[in-house]
Amino acid sequence: MDSILIQLLIILVKIVGFTFVLTLPLIAYSVYAERRFAAVIQDRVGPNRTGIPLTLFGGKKDLPVQGLLQPLADGLKFILKEDFTPSHVHKFFFWIAPGLTMVPALLTLCVIPFGSELWGEKLVIADIAVGPLFIFAIASLSVYGITFAGWSSNNKYSFFGGVRSCAQMISYEISLGLSIVPVLMIFGQLNLTDIVTWQANHGWLLLPFTFDDGFQCGLSQFGGAIGYFLWFPLMLSFFIFTVSIFAETNRMPFDLPECETELVGGYHTEYSSMKFALFFLGEYAAMIVGSALIVTLFFGGWSLGFGLDALLQDAQGNWLPYAGLVHLAAFLGKVIFFILFFILVRWTVPRFRYDQLMKLGWVVFFELALINVLVAAVIMAAPSMIERGESLALSALALGTIIFSALMFYIAKTFDKKPKANA
Amino acid sequence: MAEVKKLKRPELNTSEKLYLFALAKGAAVTLKHAFKSMTGKARGSEALKSSGLGLTMQYPEQKWDDQLPEHYRGAPALVTDEQDRERCVSCQLCEFICPPKAIKIIPGDIPADDPWAKVEKRPKEFDIDMTRCIYCGMCEEVCPEQAIYLRKDYAITGSSRAELLHDKQKLYEIGGKRIGLVNKWNEIK
Repeated sequence: MDSILIQLLIILVKIVGFTFVLTLPLIAYSVYAERRFAAVIQDRVGPNRTGIPLTLFGGKKDLPVQGLLQPLADGLKFILKEDFTPSHVHKFFFWIAPGLTMVPALLTLCVIPFGSELWGEKLVIADIAVGPLFIFAIASLSVYGITFAGWSSNNKYSFFGGVRSCAQMISYEISLGLSIVPVLMIFGQLNLTDIVTWQANHGWLLLPFTFDDGFQCGLSQFGGAIGYFLWFPLMLSFFIFTVSIFAETNRMPFDLPECETELVGGYHTEYSSMKFALFFLGEYAAMIVGSALIVTLFFGGWSLGFGLDALLQDAQGNWLPYAGLVHLAAFLGKVIFFILFFILVRWTVPRFRYDQLMKLGWVVFFELALINVLVAAVIMAAPSMIERGESLALSALALGTIIFSALMFYIAKTFDKKPKANA
Repeated sequence: MAEVKKLKRPELNTSEKLYLFALAKGAAVTLKHAFKSMTGKARGSEALKSSGLGLTMQYPEQKWDDQLPEHYRGAPALVTDEQDRERCVSCQLCEFICPPKAIKIIPGDIPADDPWAKVEKRPKEFDIDMTRCIYCGMCEEVCPEQAIYLRKDYAITGSSRAELLHDKQKLYEIGGKRIGLVNKWNEIK
């Protein structure tokens, strides 16, 4: 009885700790980072005034700590603003839509491993064996929130936004799912904690080097030198996955559901106050989960990489007491790096046209991801096939892959060629 | 008949179609801007007296005051001449020309025992409503006595409307003394 209670308590502490203590402030501060980073890119200053209001307590001067309290002020503003529901909306869907975008984004956090172990507890809320699948399943629920918001607003531009996001997210989920198939083939499992542990031992997936006992490449596990070639499909996987995450989280080059120049504010035009804030936070939460997933799959999650994790283990291979904290810091550092990368891309790349976006998803990335799966599979199968003397079958496989790729390229190239107009 | 020139859309080569190099180039440009503005070396930051972050001047701490041009049009104010005589003779031309009707003058006589009795008139009350003033400078232009000038004060703030109603005393306080006959169209003004 007691042990169950303790278990529940530990889970509760993890949920509160990771979601409300770690991620929500991270969301708030990524908004701040977005504003400051955008400002320096555009030769401006950004919010640097909101600090500790010492004058309220009889001090002589306010303390502007580089505007670090800006998220607090923003949050307070959203709570205090009037929560206005227009009379022409469909009330029920209008009210549940913000929750439907925010909740899935936060739910997906539960399978992300935040660190190795602290006091014998794994730093992950739910250590389940279907990590990425769970994330895809839950994250795609957030499309309902946006679609409901657009539809229930009873406003044609909001509706456009909702429909666009629906089409966009569904299209990019395909390439998102297909692009990590090679990665999962390499790991041979879907448990994110074990995936990260593999990377801690063998080097990050995209930088598969360890130096603890001499220079070693983690990919050589898959058939020695031939295994090194796996790096190319993995790089392509990483590229497709990252771009798809951009589309999936409605970030800038693909933020068609809410592009203000075309659709006023898109699906959240009619929203105000905390309901709007929930959309906003949901978007940033999705971005954080996306970067966490990229980091976990391709850049070693919480592991320090390059064999440095061995320094945090004792002779029996157990983690040192403070290893969890170091790993947590490493993980957050990597996630923050990717958030900054997201922001940089947002202020660099102009928005895609809608048909370009759909074409990129369906014609380019879908086919590339399919080819990528085949190429990775052939490379992985090659060493054992050579060993068994099945070189002929292997070359047939390789030839098949090449023919398939050529066919895909041909289809992509002639996909939307207009029939020649009659002279 | 003008010659019709048919321009062809430039053909993109493969590397341009790939879009990746353009992405990298764009990211390099934005990053360069970020680094330059963080180190205070953004283009034009010196000329604009930036605070060292981007091009922006941090306003209440840093001010543009010594950069203001001679012809800057700030708050309108009344001036006295070198003998401390009010230059204004309350002709009310400024009141009539003022586009937003911000000026209100009540003329008054100068008593006979005053050394300046021959001037005959001076304003009994002279109010400029700074909530209405648009800093157009027409009052200055129209004044035949060169008694009203637009000064360089620009931060006209107050916590009530009454505070922003500049009366005669306040106007002379801002304006101060203007020595010599200032020719309106000369280089100084």
